[in-house]
Amino acid sequence: MYTTNLNFDKNKKPPKEPESVVEDAEQIAAFEARIAADEMIEPKDWMPEAYRKTLVRQMSQHAHSEIVGMLPEGNWITRAPTLKRKAILLAKVQDEGGHGLYLYSAAETLGTSRDEMTEALLSGKAKYSTIFNYPTLTWADIGAIGWLVDGAAIMNQIPLQRCSYGPYSRAMIRICKEESFHQRQGYEIMWALSYGTDAQKRMAQDALNRWWWPSLMMFGPPDDASPNSERSLRWKIKRFTNDELRQKFIDVTVPQAEALGLTVPDPDITWNEERGSYDIGPIDWDEFYSVVKGEGPVARDRMAAKHKAWDEGAWVREAAIAYGEKQQAKAEAA
Amino acid sequence: MMSDTPKKAKAPSKEWPLWEVFVRSKSGLSHRHVGSVHASDSALAIEAARDLYTRRQEGVSLWVVPSSSIVASDPDEAGNLFEPAKDKIYRHPTFYSIPKHVKHI
Repeated sequence: MYTTNLNFDKNKKPPKEPESVVEDAEQIAAFEARIAADEMIEPKDWMPEAYRKTLVRQMSQHAHSEIVGMLPEGNWITRAPTLKRKAILLAKVQDEGGHGLYLYSAAETLGTSRDEMTEALLSGKAKYSTIFNYPTLTWADIGAIGWLVDGAAIMNQIPLQRCSYGPYSRAMIRICKEESFHQRQGYEIMWALSYGTDAQKRMAQDALNRWWWPSLMMFGPPDDASPNSERSLRWKIKRFTNDELRQKFIDVTVPQAEALGLTVPDPDITWNEERGSYDIGPIDWDEFYSVVKGEGPVARDRMAAKHKAWDEGAWVREAAIAYGEKQQAKAEAA
Repeated sequence: MMSDTPKKAKAPSKEWPLWEVFVRSKSGLSHRHVGSVHASDSALAIEAARDLYTRRQEGVSLWVVPSSSIVASDPDEAGNLFEPAKDKIYRHPTFYSIPKHVKHI
């Protein structure tokens, strides 16, 4: 579903580049020239250690977000209001799992293992998108998530299809193909509620009120607080800055809210004729940083669910391995 | 065979092997690489590949190959391997000039 650019912490300096690795200046120059010429980098090609590390961090965070993102929506599968909505939600949650797996595979091409990534998630070392640390209180939240959260994800992921790293780019192309359904089913839920009974409309407005700001925060901190942004842009790991993508999202989403007859919860929002864009009120970044750090009851629930799944699935993983080895031994003996 | 010597009380979990997945999108076309899956045996690799890569009728046939079985050319050797073909432009039909009035060639 989505990646938030989390490689920052308000109180911490940006992660230092591994300068200790002495890299050949000629190789670096050749690498930069390939990127500048819009060539794609493939797994076995030479790449600077910092490029590899940045990608592993970004791709594994993205994968973890897809996987953790199954939890808030999975919460509503048994309570979807109709069989049709239940089937749709099941398919969407399955897609999110699939997106996580595409991304894990792509990250593995950089020499990190699936177990290492899982371990990093479970130990809290690796982050996932802050958006999944908010609760899904009503059915309208499922609509708002599809519309806003997947909408913000699409805005971020479309340019990542042109990312310089081949396996990431290919994973993003698959993901983007599937993501549009996610957003449209969400908007359709919001439409049904907004033009339903008064109580349903209030429920839709309430969901918009709670998901609007977190969705804007999904694009990551403002550009002046995003220390690695410039290098990631040069390496074409990123194609637009956080603020550019956030603004695009606002500009397309506000009219969609108007079409629903709903109001975005920002008293300061105004159309800026000169810029051809909306101006918005201040974003509460303190809230964002505390959510990143995994504070709050929902964050604890999410991690508890992941630990439970991993621990209780251990015997299945081991049994499958044992069975696979037995089959192989039989085949070899035959 | 594998001999697991447990270092700690709990042995580190062993990862399922990696398989490369190839999908034939329709008969008449070749199988194309689409990605990979982890699975403990070939039958489960097919199941996982089906769930992961053909949720929207992307294919009519699947191949899974243990990733460890794939031998790849070395990118550092790409010059030696592929560049000698670069100056042999006479291998392309457009290299030859044929008078305009000569047809069907």
